[in-house]
Amino acid sequence: MSVLGSILSMTMLAQTARTAVPYVLASQGGVWSERAGVVNVALEGMMLAGGLASVAVAHEHGPVLGVLAALVVGAALGAIHAMVTELGRIDAIVSGIAINVVALGGTRVVLRALYQSSSNSPSIAGFGTHGDGMVARVVLDPIFGAAIVAVATTAIVLRASRFGLRVRACGEGPLAARAAGIAVVRTRTCAVAIGGALAALGGAALAYDQHQFQSGMSGGRGFIALAAVVLSGWRAGRAAALCVVFAALDALQVVLQGHARALQDMVQMLPFVAALVALAILSRTRGHAGGPPAGLGVR
Amino acid sequence: MSTRRAAMRLSLEADVWTIAASVAVAQIAFATLVWMYGESPRAMTALLLEGTWGSAYGVGQVLFKATPLLFTGLAVHVALRAGLFNVGAEGQLALSSLAVGVVGAWLPAGTPAMIALPLLVIVAALVGALWASPAAALRAVGAHEVISTILLNRVADALVGLLLGLGLSLKGGVRTPDVVQHARLSRLDRFVPALAGSAASTAVLVGIVVIAVTLWILPRSRMGREAELVAQNDEACAVERIPVKWRRAQALVLSGAIAGLASLGTVLGYKGYYEQGLGVGAGFTGLAVAILGRGRLLGIVFAAVLFGTLAQGGLAINAYVPAEAMEVIQGLVIVAVALGDAQVRTWLTDSLGAIVVRKTS
Repeated sequence: MSVLGSILSMTMLAQTARTAVPYVLASQGGVWSERAGVVNVALEGMMLAGGLASVAVAHEHGPVLGVLAALVVGAALGAIHAMVTELGRIDAIVSGIAINVVALGGTRVVLRALYQSSSNSPSIAGFGTHGDGMVARVVLDPIFGAAIVAVATTAIVLRASRFGLRVRACGEGPLAARAAGIAVVRTRTCAVAIGGALAALGGAALAYDQHQFQSGMSGGRGFIALAAVVLSGWRAGRAAALCVVFAALDALQVVLQGHARALQDMVQMLPFVAALVALAILSRTRGHAGGPPAGLGVR
Repeated sequence: MSTRRAAMRLSLEADVWTIAASVAVAQIAFATLVWMYGESPRAMTALLLEGTWGSAYGVGQVLFKATPLLFTGLAVHVALRAGLFNVGAEGQLALSSLAVGVVGAWLPAGTPAMIALPLLVIVAALVGALWASPAAALRAVGAHEVISTILLNRVADALVGLLLGLGLSLKGGVRTPDVVQHARLSRLDRFVPALAGSAASTAVLVGIVVIAVTLWILPRSRMGREAELVAQNDEACAVERIPVKWRRAQALVLSGAIAGLASLGTVLGYKGYYEQGLGVGAGFTGLAVAILGRGRLLGIVFAAVLFGTLAQGGLAINAYVPAEAMEVIQGLVIVAVALGDAQVRTWLTDSLGAIVVRKTS
C-alpha cells in the first residue's frame, strides 16, 4: 500500500482513537495538578507505575481490579508529589523528576521480583473487547469510555463545582485562597492525587492495549501530554483535543509499519517535533490561549 | 568574627551536613530495598563496598562511572545558576557522542593527539550547545525549558537511530567505526598500575579541571554574575537593563556544551567508538549530581563519586538484588537532599539574618 493510502484509511482513524487514550488521560492528570498550582513533570512516572500496577493485579485478579490498582497507585504518587512540594517545600520539578526516576527503576525492580525479567511482564488479556472491525473494538473498550468521561468531568468539575473552584483558587492565588479559609495544602493534595490517578489510568490503558507491561513503555507520552496541557492554556477539553493530534502523529508509526526503516525513524520523532514547533508558535502568540495559572509553582 | 567568615563557616557546615545526610539516606534506602528483596542488608552492603571501594579495580570502576556525571552534573548546575532546569543533558550527550564518534573516525589515521583532541573537544561542545539552543530560543519566547528539553531528548534519541541507520554506523551494526588511535584518552592504569583492568581514563581529570575552571570563571564574569541575578529576580534585572532573555539563553547553551563534553569520557575515554545507548542515564543522574553538589567543586565531585559508587555497586550485587534498585535509591536521595536543602536554606538565611542584625544593632 502506498504511504498516503496507509495514512488515509479507516485503520488510521481507529489507530488514532486507540493511541489517543493514554495521552488524553495523562493530559487530564496534568490539568488537575497544574490548575491546582502544582507543576507536574511526573506524569510519565505515574503512567509507568499505573501500568505495572494494573498488569500485576490484572494478571491474578482480572482487569477491573487491575484498573483499581492503577488508580490507587497513581493517587498515592500524586499525593506524595503534592505533599513533598507543599510541606517539604522542595521544587516541584525536582520532586517530579525524582518520581520519574524512582518509577522507572522501581517498575524494573518489581518486574524482576514478580516475573524474573526486568524488561516485560507475562501477557494479560486486558478487557478483551470483542466486536466487528477495529473501530468497534476501540470504541467499546471501557477505558476509552473512561477517557471521554474523564475529559468531560474534569472540564465540568473544574469550571462549575465548589471543589473545582477551590482547586482553581489554589492555583491562581494560594495566598488569597488561604486567607479566604481554603485549606490549600489539602485541596492541592486532593487535586494532584486525582491527576495522578488519571495519569496512572492512562498507563493502565497503554498496558492493557499492549496486553503486557514493558519497562519504560510510557515512552515519553507523559511529557507530550504535559506539553499539550501547556499548549492548551491549561484547559481540559483543548488539552484532550491536542492529545488526539499528537496521537495521530504517533499512530502513523503503527500504520506505516512495513515501510522503509528510515521513514519509520523519522515518523517516531513526529509527535515530539510537532510539540516543540507548537510550543514555539503558540508561546509567541500567548494571550488567546490563556496563560498559566497565576499561582503555578507558588507555595 | 566578620559576617563573611561566619557565612562561610555556616555554608561549610551545611555542605558537610548535606554530604553526611545523602550518604545516610542512600544507606537507609539501600538497606530497606535489600531487606524487602529478602536479602541481608549487612551482607549486601559488604558486597557492595567490596565491589567498589574494596579493591583498586573497584575504585577505578567507580571513577569510570563517575566521569560522565562530572560533566553532566556541572552542566545542570550551570543552567540551575540561571534558574533553569536543563533536563536535556541526556539528548545533548547522545548527539555529541555520535558526532565525536563520527568525526573521530573520519580523521586521517595518523592525526596527532595535539590536533585530534582539541578538535573533538570543540565538536563535542558545539553539538551539545547546538542541541540546547532550540530550548534556549523557546525559553526566550516563553516556553518552559523543562518541557522543551525533555522533548528534545526524545527527538535526539530517534535522530541518533535515524543517522546511524542512514549510514553513520558500520554495516549492519549500531556503532560507529573506531576513532583514530591518537584521539583516544589513555586509561588511568597506564599511570597507576594498581587500577589495571578498570575503565577509568584521564577524562576524569579533564572533568575535574573543567568543573574547577568553570566554577572559577562564572562568578568572575559578567555573564555568570548576571545570570545568577536573573535567577533571583528577573523583573528587577530587566529594570536594570540586564539582558534577561540573552543571559538565560547563554546559560542553557553553555550547559548543553558542557553536557556534550561528557562524550570525552564515554567515547574517547572508554569505548573508542559510539554505539546507541552509550552514556544513557548520565544526563538524568546529572540532575541529582547538580542538586547534591550545590555548585562547589568538591560537592560535584563527591556527588558524582557517590552516584558512581551506586552504579558500580549495583553491578556488584546484581546477582542477588536487581541493579535497577540503585535508580530507586538515586531518586530517593534526590528528594532527601532537596528536602534537606530547603530546610538548610531557611536555617542559613535565619542564622545569617541574626548575625547581620547583631552586627548592626
